[in-house]
Amino acid sequence: MIPLSSYLIVSAILFAIGTAGVFLRRNLIVILLSIEIMLNAVNLSFVAFGRSLGNVDGQIIVFFVMTVAAAEAAVGLAIVIGLFRHRESLNPEAFTTLKW
Amino acid sequence: MDGWPGVVIMIALGVGFAAVMIGLSVLLGPKNPTPEKLAPYECGMPAVGDARERHSVKFYLVAMIFLLFDIEIAFLYPWAVALRDLGWPGFVQVVTFFLILAVGYVYVWRKGVLDWGPVARATRAAARREAA
Amino acid sequence: MFNSSFDAVVPMLCVVLAALASMGAEAFRAKDEEMPIGGLGIVGLAGAGISSGLLWNRNAASFGVLVADNFALFVTLTLVIVGILTIMFSSQVLRRDQLPKGEYYALLLFSLVGMIMMAMANDLLIVFIALETLSLSVYVLTGIRRDDPKATEAAFKYFLLGAFSSAFFLYGIAFTYGLTGTTRLDQVGAYLAAQSMSDNPLILVALGLLLVGFAFKISAVPFHMWTPDAYEGAPAIVSGFMSTGVKAAAFAAFARVFLSSFEPFSADWAPIVWILAALTMILGTVVGVAQSNLKRMLAYSSIAHGGYLLVGLVAANQVGKAAILFYLLAYAVTNLAAFGVIALLSSREKETDELRDFAGLWHTHPALAALMTVCLLSLGGLPPTVGFIGKWYIFSAAVSAGYYGLAVIGVLTSVISVFFYLRVVVMMYMADRDASAPVPSQVTGLGMVALAASIVAIIYLGILPTPVLDLAAESIATIF
Repeated sequence: MIPLSSYLIVSAILFAIGTAGVFLRRNLIVILLSIEIMLNAVNLSFVAFGRSLGNVDGQIIVFFVMTVAAAEAAVGLAIVIGLFRHRESLNPEAFTTLKW
Repeated sequence: MDGWPGVVIMIALGVGFAAVMIGLSVLLGPKNPTPEKLAPYECGMPAVGDARERHSVKFYLVAMIFLLFDIEIAFLYPWAVALRDLGWPGFVQVVTFFLILAVGYVYVWRKGVLDWGPVARATRAAARREAA
Repeated sequence: MFNSSFDAVVPMLCVVLAALASMGAEAFRAKDEEMPIGGLGIVGLAGAGISSGLLWNRNAASFGVLVADNFALFVTLTLVIVGILTIMFSSQVLRRDQLPKGEYYALLLFSLVGMIMMAMANDLLIVFIALETLSLSVYVLTGIRRDDPKATEAAFKYFLLGAFSSAFFLYGIAFTYGLTGTTRLDQVGAYLAAQSMSDNPLILVALGLLLVGFAFKISAVPFHMWTPDAYEGAPAIVSGFMSTGVKAAAFAAFARVFLSSFEPFSADWAPIVWILAALTMILGTVVGVAQSNLKRMLAYSSIAHGGYLLVGLVAANQVGKAAILFYLLAYAVTNLAAFGVIALLSSREKETDELRDFAGLWHTHPALAALMTVCLLSLGGLPPTVGFIGKWYIFSAAVSAGYYGLAVIGVLTSVISVFFYLRVVVMMYMADRDASAPVPSQVTGLGMVALAASIVAIIYLGILPTPVLDLAAESIATIF
């Protein structure tokens, strides 16, 4: 039996990888993927907590998070397509019409 | 050995459903084969060539719609498993959920996201000519 | 306390049905056919308002995860007002800019559903879903002007930081769930009150992550970076909608989570929120002074106003909680009217959002200049407007809770902020019109009605605030 802490550590590492990806990667699609990694890291925590607590709430929450993530991805990709049509680039540094 | 008839019925239903669907499309579908359609990997794009060419944005749209409607099916599994415990209230809730989803589907359909391919393109072009 | 009554869902249901109906209407609309889709939205919102009125004092709850207590209903009514005013302003803007009507109203209504849900949520998962429902709709609304590169860029920045912050928020929910075994706010609160867990670092991690998520949504410094860009790039009326509606909904959930469930840990989070409030007020005001774009200036002003609301949250006494509710309403009406003026003055080609566009407005649009002046004075917190009353109660709450430092910072930043609001007023009255600039469009119809109604509300509530203040005080009496 793998202890709860192992799952939580893996989840924390995944979350950190996602966070680092958002800050460091220079491609909009990869940044979106990094956010998905963060959400899935949290999903792992939910399932692990749910199992150790012995109730199914954690797994139910994951279902909802998955659908939310799908909706988020759809909206995000749509916005990225719109952006690409204006700029012909996926590098976030090209988007400087508005001051950061 | 109690569960086995159920499994057999399930397999029969599965195979039967697939067979009926394929059979119906063979019988009823219009057939105008083109070299692209007869290719071993028919996916709407030329299967051989540069992989980095641009795809039509329609692929994206359909993929996105698929993603959204597909993931909602995930809610059916837990409901199906707990069908007996949830009873009629659960059924009503799931139907409500899918009715709301259906409004989205109708919207997508009426907005013409599902109309693509040569026929739709020709109709749209004709409509444009008429307008001009 | 499992309660399967549907009562608490009714206000939301009205808006959902209106949103679905407007989607259906748009789907079956013939090209070039005019349909009063905005009217559908107003009907739905009116239904939500009436049902909230009927639910008042009933403490209805549905499925244990949604509660329609007076606090939620007060915020719902604020949101209904925001929604109706936005639709009234939008009707002219949509026709002028040829924006997709059905989509716009459906998204607007769905985001209002998310906001109402957020105000009523009694479960962290519901808070998350509501947050996403409203955010996803607002991201798209921000970029609804697809041919405008600025709007698309604003939508993307807003989306990116919003999605990023909701991941943090979700992680906070995960830790809360792991520690307490539930996501229901009342049960979390009971659990945390019963156990002494102050030595458990994980609960502080959960608290911090939830705080980051909320701070992003209410654009508290240092999580405010998206706000000026999103407000500047979005169509003015959408900026007005998100600066008021999103803020009201986020603050409602913020207050419910932190003042009820995490109340036992207030010694841990109050100092952090203190610092956030101070930073937010100072940065919002100081950077706001330097702006030459009115939408950007109002964005920084909206950041600063978030800071004042945080003061009420830190004070956490009865006056402070009632003051948050009153301030949300006051700010919603005022700020929406200010953005409404910008939206109505703009043309399809150009938004009238630079400061110099307002030079000499008094000569071309005397009524609008006067209305804008009232809004700006109210934002600056000068009597006899509602903004003054709101700030007065917030700061008196801070003083009575012993937070003199925050009250002093608040008053000082308010005084500085008056400078940049008055700068616009001076421009409108004193400066000469730039003769080469195109004359801003004339305002007619519903937009003018909405503006007049907002101004009446601003001044009426500024002179006779007692009935609404009592209502706000009554709203928080049932919870917390």
